[in-house]
Amino acid sequence: MEATTVKTHATFSGGVHPAGNKELTAHKPTVAAAVPKRVVIPLSQHIGAPSKPLVVIGQEIKKGERIGESGGFVSAPVHASVSGKVAAIGNFPHVLGMDVTSIVIESDGMDEWVSGLRETPDYGVLSPDELKKMVQEAGIVGMGGATFPTHVKLSPPKEKPVDVVILNGAECEPYLTSDHRLMLEKPKEIIEGLKILMKILNVKKGYVGIEANKPDAVESMKKAVAGSPEIQVWPVMVKYPQGAEKMLIKAIAGRTVPAGGLPMDIGVVVQNVGTAAAIYDAVRYGRPLIERYVTVTGRGVKDPKNFLARIGTPFSQLIEEAGGLTESAAKVISGGPMMGISQYTLDVPVIKGTSGILVLPESEVSTRPYGPCIRCARCIDACPMKLQPSLLGIFIEKGHYEDAREYNLMDCFECGSCTFVCPANRPMVQWVKKAKKELAKKKN
Amino acid sequence: MEASAKEQPKARPQLIVSVGPHMRSEESTAKIMWTVSGALLPATLMSVYYFGLRAVWVIAVSIIAAVLSEAAGQKMLKKPVTTITDGSAFLTGLLIALNVPSSVPLYIPAVGSFVAIVITKQLFGGLGFNIFNPALIGRAFILISFPKLMTTYYEPVANVLGMDAKTTATPLGILKEEGMARLLEVFHTHGELYQSLLMGNRAGSLGETATIALLLGAAFLLLKRYITWHIPLSFIATTALLTWIFGGKEGLMTGDPVFHMISGGLILGAFFMATDYVTGPSVRSAQVIFGIACGALTALIRLKGGYPEGVMFAILLMNCFAPLLDRRMRSRVFGKAEAKGVKK
Repeated sequence: MEATTVKTHATFSGGVHPAGNKELTAHKPTVAAAVPKRVVIPLSQHIGAPSKPLVVIGQEIKKGERIGESGGFVSAPVHASVSGKVAAIGNFPHVLGMDVTSIVIESDGMDEWVSGLRETPDYGVLSPDELKKMVQEAGIVGMGGATFPTHVKLSPPKEKPVDVVILNGAECEPYLTSDHRLMLEKPKEIIEGLKILMKILNVKKGYVGIEANKPDAVESMKKAVAGSPEIQVWPVMVKYPQGAEKMLIKAIAGRTVPAGGLPMDIGVVVQNVGTAAAIYDAVRYGRPLIERYVTVTGRGVKDPKNFLARIGTPFSQLIEEAGGLTESAAKVISGGPMMGISQYTLDVPVIKGTSGILVLPESEVSTRPYGPCIRCARCIDACPMKLQPSLLGIFIEKGHYEDAREYNLMDCFECGSCTFVCPANRPMVQWVKKAKKELAKKKN
Repeated sequence: MEASAKEQPKARPQLIVSVGPHMRSEESTAKIMWTVSGALLPATLMSVYYFGLRAVWVIAVSIIAAVLSEAAGQKMLKKPVTTITDGSAFLTGLLIALNVPSSVPLYIPAVGSFVAIVITKQLFGGLGFNIFNPALIGRAFILISFPKLMTTYYEPVANVLGMDAKTTATPLGILKEEGMARLLEVFHTHGELYQSLLMGNRAGSLGETATIALLLGAAFLLLKRYITWHIPLSFIATTALLTWIFGGKEGLMTGDPVFHMISGGLILGAFFMATDYVTGPSVRSAQVIFGIACGALTALIRLKGGYPEGVMFAILLMNCFAPLLDRRMRSRVFGKAEAKGVKK
């Protein structure tokens, strides 16, 4: 039975096979990054309303203290990741490419926790609502990169009963190994987090989906679920974007999220493995989300590593701790090479959704100009959403945004598979982002 | 130690910023064009083997004319001359050469290449924007303009220096004019007929005769996934089926599908011309319909039309419908069907 489950490489149709490049860091145990002298904590590290500052310049604060409160239901509080003094509140560069209101804290070097963190060794007795409250208070958001506030996902409306929770350990982005290391180093915490999620949602069936290129992680997680028959570890095929929510659900639960819909429409909630571990920390130890696993990798840094880094740590510091940039470093990406965002400055901080910092050398950065579409259909075969990226590209290139919408532009989640395979090097993702913005402008 | 990048005395790195994905596959338009040209190498070599130096001249003139037309066309249209090295003009030239008889005067393939590149491709917007397969329009143009010269076929001699070749009709021509009985007189038995058709020891256009060599190249393209089975299989199967049903003199189901599959330009057309990315549909189900329609038109022209061979006109006619087929048969978006049942 063991063997058959490992061989079950469930998947979706479409997708691409970029080189994994995970060997740079996969075998390296996570090390704690130095406590930064100065952290920049954006008030917007999640999808939804930015949080509102609760502190003033000059105020002394402790690690874990709440410094920003939720700006609404779809929002999340933020917490200090070091102890020290508030040095500035203002606009600072953010990984999304714009400046965002952030709180800057100068560390006092003491790294003291705020008092009154509530430890709950017997958290099993808590009610679902109490648990959900703790998740919300801890400022937990989707740590796979989408940063959707977790408590919102845990509050499905009554008419949409959820019966499956899937933990996402696919980590299909090349280079990244932070989830991989987490599954090796904190499997128990992840599974406890999953059990808490299942209790909150009153769900009896849990899965952990892991791409089959991480057999050690599959083993580690299997060990951790021993004695919990309600949870199954499920290896999935190594294919990008296997870790996209809709594709993972298709592979594991065999259900199709309706176009324009959410997983909860078909009774599924997906959470990243890192999110599950953070939930455990929040419930068991009362600790808010102030640090996370970050892979610093690529052939543009001298000594790629996995770090446990504080939220707000500047990229420059982590890159220095990974040996610094090489001579040929040319591109710094927040996240993976497929959906990550390239940065113009190393001042940007690690946020709750930063799974990795990838530095590519010049030789791996394509600056080839794009040519005309030759309709080879590679993008059509690659698209996991079954769109026609070639046509979308042609429409958008000529400014026909409405036509692009006709051809299901809004169903594109910008995974980049089409652009990856395009022999003419056409920037489909860039165009899709542009068209969505233009259409939104028209609406307003 | 590190504090922030602002306080570091080091020069700030110059970073490249762009929208993802930041990784690209190794594929490029040029690589595709050169690979397809490479897949035609066995058939090209066989044409030289059978038709001698004459074939070399036709091929050289055709390719040079195509590449020069590409450069001249782009200059004329005041566009940067960028695509002469991407292999697309080379491929068009090669295909035209492989589609003419070895007997033609050398200006004929040159005219074909010019029409293909300048009129069919450049004037429609260049690579990626042409409606019709350039090589086939080029060939149709010279076939209609020089009908006599374009249908004078030399017998293959398997002698590189063979100069004083005899002219003869193609097997399809014989079938059309004189029937299967006459074909068997020439080739003795069905077995020998099929063997000649497979090995290329028969009259025909330069590159279409050696079926084996073409299949070798096609298999390579299929394995490398440069083409898929959808168009060639549906095309060839439909032609075979219809010629079997309607192709015989003694009533239904007495035709010779094997003969029809491996004679004329069907193999060359189905694997190397109907599969042209630009002028065929790109949705897979639309490709199957496209292939079936090409096959039906080919059979119709071969059995009932004025020309012995119909592959070229079949593909050109279907080229018109490719965009419509794509539009009609759009792939079903992931979750679209499910979206109807969900209440918002």
